[in-house]
Amino acid sequence: MSATTASSASSGASLADDKLAQAGQLRLTWLRFKRHKLALISLFIVALFYLLAIFADFVAISDPHHTDARRSYMPPQGIHLFDENGFAPHVYGLKGSRDMKTFKMVYVPDPSKKIYIAFFAPGYDYNLFGLIPTNRHLFALINPTPVDGIFLLGTDQLGRDLFSRLAVATRISLSIGLASVGLSLILGILLGGISGLYGGIIDTVIQRLIELIRSIPTIPLWMGIAAALPNTWSVLQVYFAITLIISLIGWTELARVVRGRFLALREEDFVIAAELVGAGQFRIMLRHMLPSFTSHVIAAVSLALPAMIISETSLSFLGLGLRPPAISWGILLQDAQNVQVLAGAPWLLLAAVPVVLVILAFNFLGDGLRDAADPYG
Amino acid sequence: MADNSLPLVSVRNLAVEFTQHGGGPVRALDSVSLDLRPGRVLGVVGESGCGKSVTARAMLRILDRNGSIKNGQILLDPGTPQQTDITALPGEGNRMREIRGGRIGLIFQEPMAALSMQYTVGNQLMEAIRVHNDPGKAVARQRVIKLLNDVGIPRPETRIDTYPFQLSGGLRQRVGIALALAADPDVLIADEPTTALDVTTQAQILALLRRLQVDKKIALMLITHDMGVIAQMADDVAVMYLGRVVEFAPVNEVFAAPRHPYTQALLRSVPNLRAPPHSRLATIGGAVPQPNARPKGCPFHPRCPDMMPGRCDTTAPAPVPPGQAGASCFKVEDAALVEGVAA
Amino acid sequence: MLMYIGRRLVLAVFTCLAISVLTFIIIRLPPGDFVDAYIANLASTGSSITAEQAESMRHEYGLDRPVVIQYALWLGRIVEGDFGVSMMWRRPVTEVIGDRLWLTMVVSFAALFLTWTLALPIGIYSAVRQYSFGDYFFTMLGFLGLAVPNFLLALILMYLGFRYLGLSVGGLFSADYAQAPWSLAKVWDLTKHLPLPACVLALAGTAHQIRIMRANLLDELRKPYVITARAKGIPERRVILKYPVRAALNPFASSIAYIFPYLVSGSIIVSLVLGLPTVGPLLLQALVAQDMFLAGTIVLLLGVMTVVGTLISDLLLMWIEPRLRITGR
Repeated sequence: MSATTASSASSGASLADDKLAQAGQLRLTWLRFKRHKLALISLFIVALFYLLAIFADFVAISDPHHTDARRSYMPPQGIHLFDENGFAPHVYGLKGSRDMKTFKMVYVPDPSKKIYIAFFAPGYDYNLFGLIPTNRHLFALINPTPVDGIFLLGTDQLGRDLFSRLAVATRISLSIGLASVGLSLILGILLGGISGLYGGIIDTVIQRLIELIRSIPTIPLWMGIAAALPNTWSVLQVYFAITLIISLIGWTELARVVRGRFLALREEDFVIAAELVGAGQFRIMLRHMLPSFTSHVIAAVSLALPAMIISETSLSFLGLGLRPPAISWGILLQDAQNVQVLAGAPWLLLAAVPVVLVILAFNFLGDGLRDAADPYG
Repeated sequence: MADNSLPLVSVRNLAVEFTQHGGGPVRALDSVSLDLRPGRVLGVVGESGCGKSVTARAMLRILDRNGSIKNGQILLDPGTPQQTDITALPGEGNRMREIRGGRIGLIFQEPMAALSMQYTVGNQLMEAIRVHNDPGKAVARQRVIKLLNDVGIPRPETRIDTYPFQLSGGLRQRVGIALALAADPDVLIADEPTTALDVTTQAQILALLRRLQVDKKIALMLITHDMGVIAQMADDVAVMYLGRVVEFAPVNEVFAAPRHPYTQALLRSVPNLRAPPHSRLATIGGAVPQPNARPKGCPFHPRCPDMMPGRCDTTAPAPVPPGQAGASCFKVEDAALVEGVAA
Repeated sequence: MLMYIGRRLVLAVFTCLAISVLTFIIIRLPPGDFVDAYIANLASTGSSITAEQAESMRHEYGLDRPVVIQYALWLGRIVEGDFGVSMMWRRPVTEVIGDRLWLTMVVSFAALFLTWTLALPIGIYSAVRQYSFGDYFFTMLGFLGLAVPNFLLALILMYLGFRYLGLSVGGLFSADYAQAPWSLAKVWDLTKHLPLPACVLALAGTAHQIRIMRANLLDELRKPYVITARAKGIPERRVILKYPVRAALNPFASSIAYIFPYLVSGSIIVSLVLGLPTVGPLLLQALVAQDMFLAGTIVLLLGVMTVVGTLISDLLLMWIEPRLRITGR
């Protein structure tokens, strides 16, 4: 009896060992990654933000472009979850009046006027995924008058709801980061791969190029190039141009990682074996080498992404990146540039929260991935 | 033991534990007793991870931060009025620092890694002299030149100003020996001093160690996993396994009549020129267990050919009594008992 | 050793040339040439020039010749110290830039200095006391430092200073000294204003350098030569400082060379937020107004000064690393 349990236990263990022994590089990386709690939480946060980017309009409450002078600089407003009848989320109506001494708008909540909130309710019209016209939102007010709204994070000077604008800004800020990293990655793998694979004079030239680019202060350069973009360009054109500018300068780190891995892999037995069998250079690169450093590349990418996001935010903040009516985190922060404005409407700084959160999450994620991809280095 | 002079260092029942970050304690040394006598060489032999280096580091109180001495004594000058228990000294106190280098010198395995690449040979050697009894810069420099000459480094006047990365492996190890001897210690611990060197250099370094040890009547503790080095150098031998001394005996007894099954297995695994052709080299079955998965009872029992079930796997045999030849093994205890009855 | 210096010098010269090419491209990027812009500028003030005048101007500046020649002519003028005229200010570019370039460098160097003096001891502490409360504290702080873009930090500090201290924390000079000629008192005034922008600018770099120092020192602490040093009987503090810290200093120092361009970059944006009289705000104005000679000159000068700064730190590295000094590798 005890002998059978022992043997079945040992066979179970050996089965698990077999599975582990056959697990690919990616799977092993994932198994190691799962042990990093902070990195796992960060992955969750990053995923949440990308979901928000995809469903931005659905989450947004009011039209992010809709302006209304009667709601200028409205402070954040709380949601009341219960009324006298139990659970019934609602907000109070706000009465705006102008303070005759400071000429600022002052808003006073009116507890007698309750406006209830419904989930999956109709709101402003938009196209889901840019395709499906709909007006459903995560939540919206029931029968609002034009001045009513849920201002979770307050409004800006033109009376636009900051929460909705932040949700929609996520889309551009995160996607531009991703697109730039994608472009940098192609450049980085191509040049880093060529450099690592062929070595010799080609390697030297590419290495010098990388050193050269790294020793140039980037922001003035970006500013110069970005400022030269014609004013007449559409939002989409500017978007692609900015992506290109950011990625042209950001590929060096990725190329460095790829080259380092290539140099290490070139000496590996299985690559030499493939060469002896007569596989072509390109095939070796694609079939044998690339899969074995995918995890390193993923780690490098997630460490490069925050830099790209900061780049876009900085450029837009300066007014040289994306231009209104496009909405990105940098454009939102541009409104918060002036201390006088901030003193009156400090909630505008809330636009910084997602920036910091996402960058922090990407950093932890990248660290966890790097440790998982290369436990000894 | 023919030599009845008092030992310079007596280690008694030394136990050392390491704590892992986010894990339980791991016992690296368990009831180790050793004597180091002037003018004699104690060979300490065993597989990697058996606690040889930990013993050496414990004697200097330079264990890694997560290691600590849990039990036992390390007596310097035992039986004299100056007797000092090293385990009782504050680790960072002046007395302990005087002992390091001043009384007990340490020679390292990897001459490349054991020297800093940032400073010249002279800088590192002069520091070792001046930290103990500063004779001034000029005198210290003269002494370093003499020291380099003593360890057989040609042109010491110029070599003193070179960096370690400019020297060959053999010369580096000579510098390492000079470093250990700089403050004139009477006890020397050599932790695998020749492992990283090629064979001819090995022989030269061993000869040098032997000469210095005899000349200066040094008590040398030679740590190695190489039975050949033991045969060539040691007067007495302590065989270690998983943090315990499993056998202690004069060198000829160990080679002629090994007591412990582990010693016997070790000797069988040494390549022998007189072995019949095509015979396989014996290996020891199994592997050294992980230190955190110490077997119950005698630590060697899972790999022991003479394991007695119900006994060896439940209780540990008594440690080897200090200063006497013997083995920590029930088989040996039984044999002694039979002998005693017969007598 | 000479080989090493030579290679660095050649690389520096090449980098400067590359920067000049990029600058030239930036100057030429906006549609129309300098003369078109000049005409447009004149038109906005109500005056104009004839077509012949425009042609002769084009000829004078070589705008009617191939691009490569134009570049060579432009570079030649730069080498002679003629950076052109600012359209916006109607004054020579060098005059417009004035002290601002030096103040940019002062701010960047102050930040570099701060990065060194903060990251070094904190990195050592974090490594020597690995997993202590302090280590965790600095690690968290470091992650935050990496995650907060420096212009955001400047913004937050400005707001807090304004809100709770009721003062404007920006600028590099008090009102009394802003326009005053240089004097000891003005330098002192500058010293008093420097810490805040330097701190803001240094934060991210410091966080980065702490991580590098900590990781390298942890590696070095495990190496046998540390035990050798301990076995010599040297006091622990001296063991750590003389041996592993010294060895960990090399990667630390070489990565600081990459920090410098980054600091110069950052100073541009931070200056805008904090209202520092550096080239940052000037560059933005110039770019927005498409005053390309001014903007180009600023980009060029910043780039060249960065290269020089990096070169200096490379040579310092050689000075502290004996292996590099002797073998040149």
